[in-house]
This record gives sequence, structure tokens and C-alpha cells, in this order.
Amino acid sequence: MTDHARISAPRRSLGPNVAGWLLVSPLALVLSAFLVLPVIMIVVVSFWGTTEFSIYPAFQFDNYAFLFGSEVTYRVFLNTFKYAVITWALTLGIGFTVAYFLAFHVRTQTWQIALFLLCTIPFLTSNIIRMISWIPFLGREGIANSALLSWGMIDAPLDWLLFSDFSVILAFVHLYTLFMVVPIFNTMMRIDRSLIEAANDAGASGWQTLAFVIVPLTKPGIMIGTIFVVTLVMGDFITVRFMSGSQSANVGRLISNDIALLQYPSASATAVVLLVVVLVVIGTLLRFVDIRREL
Amino acid sequence: MRSDLDLELVGLTKRYGSTTAVDAITHLFPAGTYACLLGPSGCGKSSTLRMIAGHESVTEGAVVLGGRDVSRLPPARRGTAMMFQNYALFPHLSVVDNVAFSLRMKHVATSTRRARALEMLDLVDMTQLAERLPAQLSGGQQQRVALARALVTEPQVLLLDEPLSALDPFLRVRMRGELRRLQRELGITFVHVTHSQDEALALADQIVVMNDAQIEQAGAARDVFDAPATAFVARFLGSHNVVALPDGMAAIRVDALRVTDAPDAPLQGHVTGIEYQGTHVALTAQVTGKQEVTVLLTDGDFFGAPKDAGEAISFVWEAAAAHPLRGGGRTNQMKPNGEYTT
Repeated sequence: MTDHARISAPRRSLGPNVAGWLLVSPLALVLSAFLVLPVIMIVVVSFWGTTEFSIYPAFQFDNYAFLFGSEVTYRVFLNTFKYAVITWALTLGIGFTVAYFLAFHVRTQTWQIALFLLCTIPFLTSNIIRMISWIPFLGREGIANSALLSWGMIDAPLDWLLFSDFSVILAFVHLYTLFMVVPIFNTMMRIDRSLIEAANDAGASGWQTLAFVIVPLTKPGIMIGTIFVVTLVMGDFITVRFMSGSQSANVGRLISNDIALLQYPSASATAVVLLVVVLVVIGTLLRFVDIRREL
Repeated sequence: MRSDLDLELVGLTKRYGSTTAVDAITHLFPAGTYACLLGPSGCGKSSTLRMIAGHESVTEGAVVLGGRDVSRLPPARRGTAMMFQNYALFPHLSVVDNVAFSLRMKHVATSTRRARALEMLDLVDMTQLAERLPAQLSGGQQQRVALARALVTEPQVLLLDEPLSALDPFLRVRMRGELRRLQRELGITFVHVTHSQDEALALADQIVVMNDAQIEQAGAARDVFDAPATAFVARFLGSHNVVALPDGMAAIRVDALRVTDAPDAPLQGHVTGIEYQGTHVALTAQVTGKQEVTVLLTDGDFFGAPKDAGEAISFVWEAAAAHPLRGGGRTNQMKPNGEYTT
């Protein structure tokens, strides 16, 4: 009895501030322990020195100097951007049309939900499995080649189907299109349908309504999807490794190779540069579109 | 008098599956009229308006404007413009771009369309806020912009879907004055959908009372109010008592009943409530056949011979004040949802 009294009294006196702190503290703790601290650690290690057989704490710019001095770095970063831009363009095209279909062509909410869930079914399997399952499909003796051969569309198996930029981008698009569909669909669902009628009333054709009303109002969703896809593609290494058959490189693979060779300071420096590049890209994107409305 | 710009509905019907939202209504809106489509929610007035606008397909019948059937044309080619209930302003465009939108769709040069848009904004007194976004405007201001955007297309008929319902009562009265002024200045037909009889009476040259997918009564505002044809119209417009008299149902205005001491008065009963309303006193009484009647007495009349609840009371009226109602029976009742059955 007295315990209860003692507990309930201070509980009532908890100010909104205390309650607020209590609500955010679990996530704040997790993020600071597993995100902020590791990032700081990476930044610190990126200035350390290495010899053939050891790593020693230091504050020197050797790693960065080597990184920026190497022609490989620029080529790999360029390749990473190439993957990001092509994947972004394809996921945007597919994501926008799928979201448009779901939001404006499917009339009943039941069907909208059903079809939306259908889109998420591939996510019930791990993305590595989904990636690997492309290999028997695209290989020299794979289903795609044998089908094309038997239809007489090609005379010899296509080599570029697998272990090429084509297969890497195919896998990226397959893995990440949903990250475009969801935010765009979400923004489109918030567009007041009477705006489309109003555009129609003002004599706008279907394409004009799309260009002057729907796309501008969907921009925040497009931007959120873009951030998802760009960060995922730029940070990826496993897709590039599997789908290119280790023949192409991106920044993620550069880092993972360094780690495999225990070159932690060099890996950290590359990671820091990648992080800064991605943040600059996102920062630039956010200057163009205000996404606050969506959050 | 018929004119080329009359708007005419001919057997206009809208069916959704097995339900009929609008049932073969026929009506003529003479050019330059301010018409109100009045009725409870679900009576089909909005569907009618949306069919005129072209935002709803016509199941059967025709919408004739300027001598041609426009019912299969796209909205922008009909010569109508619609003002939406929530205004439907484009949130990403400034006020002036919103107004200029239809001109932009027609590829009118930027400077021309800006000038036209500013002209329209001047008409609704909004020029000084031309560069704002809709979100930075008050409800009344948004409505002016919506009005300017509809008028920039130079329509022959302006369709307004419950235009005042989102405004507070004070603004509502002001905006309705403004709508009336604009309609007079422009001389085009306004078709205004509303469920508020005050609004309809205050604005309309012509009232079309709709109920249950059909037109219950149409005519000049005063004619409809003075002589409601059905019990539904009398009840919906208010200020009428619908009473069963020996020779059938009749509507008698609340201010046409007079209190009397004569022993052979046609309506006798007892007072059930007294409500002081400043200039008037509303007195309710239960009379023969458990019917409830309301009488509006001037404060002078009432306080000259005050009554208390429960007291016996009798009413008389001039013969001309009782309007016989068609389609009426003794059991006529308003259902709670506003539908009317016999």
C-alpha cells in the first residue's frame, strides 16, 4: 500500500520533459552506441598508420593522400555513381508507374492493399537469395539464354546477361524498386482527388495533369524514394560482388577488400569519403524539395 | 423567354448500379439566373451539378447549353466552370498561377495569362495576395481565388458546389453578398448547390428543391417559399407548419397563425413551449391529432397577452394563408435522415 502511494506520487509529478526524455532515450542510446560511436571510431581510425604487419594509432593524412592520389579511387567512385544514377532512373520510372497505377487506377481500397502486399512478397525472402536466384536464370546455360535460343531470337548465348553491369543493375532494380514505390504511393494517396477534377475542369489533358499537378505534388515522395535508393546503392558491396562475378568494383567493394586484407585505416578513410559524398548528395537533393510535409 | 445561353436539363438520370441518384429530372435555367439546387444530403443535387460540370457521366438524358447537348463533352469544352466545395486550389502554385492554370493549359503566353489572372483577381479583390501560396490564405481568401480561377475560363455557367459550407457564419453571410454581386456584374448563370435554405432564399432568383433524386418543386424563391407544393418542401424550407386539416394537408407559415379566443377556432390545443427570440416570440403548441405547430408572434403581441406552458390556446388564419399540399396524407412523416415518405 505505502509502496503504491510512494510510486504514484512522483509519477504524477513527472513533467512532460521527463516523459519526453524517457520516450526518446532507448533509441538515443541504441543509436549513440551502435551508430554515432562506430562512426567516430571510423573517423579516428582513418587517420591511423599502417605498416606491412601492424596498425598504429596516429594522426596523419597518409590514407587520404593515398586514396586521392590513386586513379583507381576515381574510377571506382565514378562506377558507383554510374550504378546509382542508372538504378535511380530505372527504379523511379518503374516505381512511379506502379505507384500511379495503385493510387489512381485501382478504385477500391481492398484491391489497393492487396496489390500493395503483392509488391512486398519478394521481401519475404532474403535479398541475397533473391540475388543468387538470378544466376541460374541469366547464366550462359541459363533459362533466359536457352529460351531465347529455342525461340530463334539469338544464335549464340548472350554473355552480357550475367556477371556484367547489366546483371548488377538488374539486381539493384529488382531489390530496390519497392523503396521507390512505397513513398511515392504514399504521397500520391494524399493528393486530393478534387485537384485532378479541377485540372480537368481547367482543360488540362491527362499528360498536362500529370506534368503540372501530379508530379509536382509527388516530388516529396520521389525525393524520399531517391534518398533510399541512392544510399542503398552507394553503400552496397554484396550485390556488385555477386552479380558482377567480382569483375566490377564499387566503393563498397573497395572497403570490403581493404577489410579482408586487414587494412582498417585505409578502409576507414574510404568509408569516411563515401559517407561525406553520400551526405553531400542527400544534402543537395534536399535543397530542391521540401520533404518536411511528408514526415 | 428562351435564350441561346439557357441551360436545360432533359430527363437527366444518374444510376450507380441499382441505385438511382438522379431520376430523370428536367429543368430549364434561363440565362443569367442565380439558381440554387436545394435539398438534404443524398438527394442528388451534387450528382446533378457534377453531371452538368462533366465530372460525372450521364446515364441517360441530356445537358443542353447554348443550344447543344454538352453531356458527352469533356468539362472544359462545355462552357461551364466549377468551383469545388473544398476549393481544390493547387497547393504548389501561387494564387496567380492557380488562376492562370487553365490559360497555361491552353498555351497562352506567360505575360498574357498573368495579366488575365490579375484582372480576375482584381474582380474578387485579391490582387495584393497574388504571389501567396493557397496554404497562406484564409478560407474566405481561398474561396475568392477559387472563384477567380473558375471565372478566368469565361464560362457561360458557373457551378458552385456548397461554396459557403466551409466558412464561418460571419464570412458566409459576407461571401454570399459577394457571390450575388459577382453574378449581377457578370450576368452569367450561377448554379449553386446548398443544403441551407437561408442561403438559397438569400441568393437565388430561382430555387430548385430536390428530394429523393427528383425535383420536388422549382420556381422563383418567393413563389416557392410562399406556396410550398409538398409537405417536404414546406418542412425543408422551414418557417411553415404542416398541419392536417379536415380538407387535407396544408402548409401555414408560422407568422400567419394568430392566437384567438374564439371558441370555434379551427386549431385548438395547449402551449408546450415558449422561446423568446428578441424581436419575436416562438410559441409551440400541441393541437388536435398530436400535431405540433409553431407560431411566431411579435414580442408586442405576445407580451400583450402572455401565455404559459400548459395553457389552452387556439389559432386562426386567413383562408389564403393555408396552402394545400399535394401528395399529402395524414401519416406524412419526416424520417430522421431527412427522407420523406408517404
